[in-house]
Amino acid sequence: MTGALSLSVRVAETVDLAPDIRRIRLVSTAGDPLPLFSGGAHIVVSLPTAQGLIRNPYSLTSCPHDGTAYEICVQRSPSSRGGSAFVHDGLKAGDELDISYPVNLFAMDRRARKHLFIAGGIGITPFLAMMQQLALEGGTFELHYAMRSPDSGAARQDVEARYGAHRVRTYVSAHGRRIALADLLDGQPLGTHLYVCGPARLIDDVLLQAREAGWPDENVHCERFAAPPSGKPFLLDLARSGHRIEVGAHQSALEAIEAAGLEAPHLCRGGACGQCETAVVSCDGALEHHDHFLSPDERESGRKFMICISRIAGERLVLDL
Amino acid sequence: MTIVFNDETFRGDYTFANSPSAVRRFPFPFNEDTYMYSVNIEPHTAGPKGSVYEFPIDIDEHYVADMRDRAITLREDPLRCQSLPHMITAEWDLLDLLMVSLAQSYPDLFTLTRDGDRWHWINRPLGLEQAFIFGDVATLPCPPMEYITRQCQGDFCLLDQRNGDLFVDSGMVTAQADWSLDFDIGMSFKEWHAPVPFAHEMGIFERAQKFLLNMQIGRPVRRLNWTMTVNPRLDTAPETYPLWGPDRGTVTPDNVGDKVHLRVELQALWRLPRSNAIVFSIRGYLIKVDEIATVPKWHRRLHRVLKTLPPEIAAYKGLTRYLDTTLDWLAVRDDGQPTSPGFGPD
Repeated sequence: MTGALSLSVRVAETVDLAPDIRRIRLVSTAGDPLPLFSGGAHIVVSLPTAQGLIRNPYSLTSCPHDGTAYEICVQRSPSSRGGSAFVHDGLKAGDELDISYPVNLFAMDRRARKHLFIAGGIGITPFLAMMQQLALEGGTFELHYAMRSPDSGAARQDVEARYGAHRVRTYVSAHGRRIALADLLDGQPLGTHLYVCGPARLIDDVLLQAREAGWPDENVHCERFAAPPSGKPFLLDLARSGHRIEVGAHQSALEAIEAAGLEAPHLCRGGACGQCETAVVSCDGALEHHDHFLSPDERESGRKFMICISRIAGERLVLDL
Repeated sequence: MTIVFNDETFRGDYTFANSPSAVRRFPFPFNEDTYMYSVNIEPHTAGPKGSVYEFPIDIDEHYVADMRDRAITLREDPLRCQSLPHMITAEWDLLDLLMVSLAQSYPDLFTLTRDGDRWHWINRPLGLEQAFIFGDVATLPCPPMEYITRQCQGDFCLLDQRNGDLFVDSGMVTAQADWSLDFDIGMSFKEWHAPVPFAHEMGIFERAQKFLLNMQIGRPVRRLNWTMTVNPRLDTAPETYPLWGPDRGTVTPDNVGDKVHLRVELQALWRLPRSNAIVFSIRGYLIKVDEIATVPKWHRRLHRVLKTLPPEIAAYKGLTRYLDTTLDWLAVRDDGQPTSPGFGPD
């Protein structure tokens, strides 16, 4: 029970929504319905790139109640380790892929009287599924969607047409329009839940302003799109199994473990779920935590390490694996 | 497969009994001769044919009588079934899970036909038929969780996941081992489990909670839990304690075999798709000590496990008053022979 279950899917269609954003439609290879999911869920897609297998998490953007196909929207990342570039340049209809079952680490709070969504750029993706689910099940929501240029929003016309101007506001920074956060966060009815997804500085800004405006922490939710960062290679010793593995510059510890044919507990591959938390036996340098799971005290202790995303500034890390 | 349903009662004259084949398939919970507290979680995958693990949801010879008893309990105390308003999607998820599972596993008993949102359900043992629109509460005679759990053995709790915790925000609980849904509803995972001795200090709930928070769709899990009950009574809730609590004082050396029951809970958990909630099902199995004694290995083992039970656990399970009488009865028939490994009969 270490890793994630996988599903075999086939690419049914690829559609370019914006210059750097491609929507991929996936259907079950066997023709079975895919498992339903909840808005905010993601799948981990295994991408067979020239540099080896890369597994990236992507939010599901199709309707949670529809098992006939899954859709994801992938933005070409300038700092791509090869995953998003492969989706844009290598993937075509008919290709077969392995994906994980859906996992939701950015779930809606169903007690909310109103759901207030703030999206920056490709951060729109989890909200596409949430809004479809709320529209079906009944629920009040409002989307504030910021993008750089008029044509860079993956789903601008679609969401405007579906949900109407009373529920969707778009902000194009090239036109000098930005979300007036202070006003927006100040005027919400009691029982509103706030969700933000997008670039780190948008998330940080929203969280800060929400706190200043007096929002309770439990009404504020965010999803950070974290990919394992690159860094200097290091040696990883697995104390229990006795393996020594080299972690490459553009590889996470988990990916290096998998490349060596071994398994370790994990789920989200983005430093959010906590499943891959591993005890540190020793480290000859400093731990570089990139996760959003460990508490400040746990980071400080130097005894815990999230193998899916964190690195070290040093030569050698020994883990209790 | 055809199941012959028993005409029996779980109150009043207590005519409940297991057939020999029901005894053979009983989920005996001890795999060694000493008491050991464990979380023992394993994947809820299909087990051997005829076992209680053959299908995701087990229906047995007690089904009809069990559902009749639930209806009586609900009539007397409607608060045994409660659901907070935000759990409605989870309720539909549960109805989906149970109807699909029952219809697939027992096609001669249950039929489900789906045409988009238009569903049609037939329950032959209970003589029910219902056409409804999935997602439209007005098309069912009662809310979806209540509707389907009046037709499915076992208690069910729906746990909402938020803020890194799980909250017991819905449930159909009529056959519980002395805990109250009405008291616990809305509680967090740790609050709900607060009365359990030792486990908190052992860090068991912390680990269990972390495990459950990351439970995945398509990967249900299960564990066994157990306690004992005097008389084959399903409704042993705190609310009705005056009706069954005094029975603990009625156990004598002459009636142990018939009165004292081992009560095993097959607890299975699923991640629900649309709501991201978790369903926690508690499917109870009762067996008389007399029936256990028909399996020599189980008799020996039950005696030896109960002998090593810490007094705090005995008190938590409510066994203190009749444990010694039960142990004396079991001791006379324990020949001291070794037992084979594993749970099953020899």
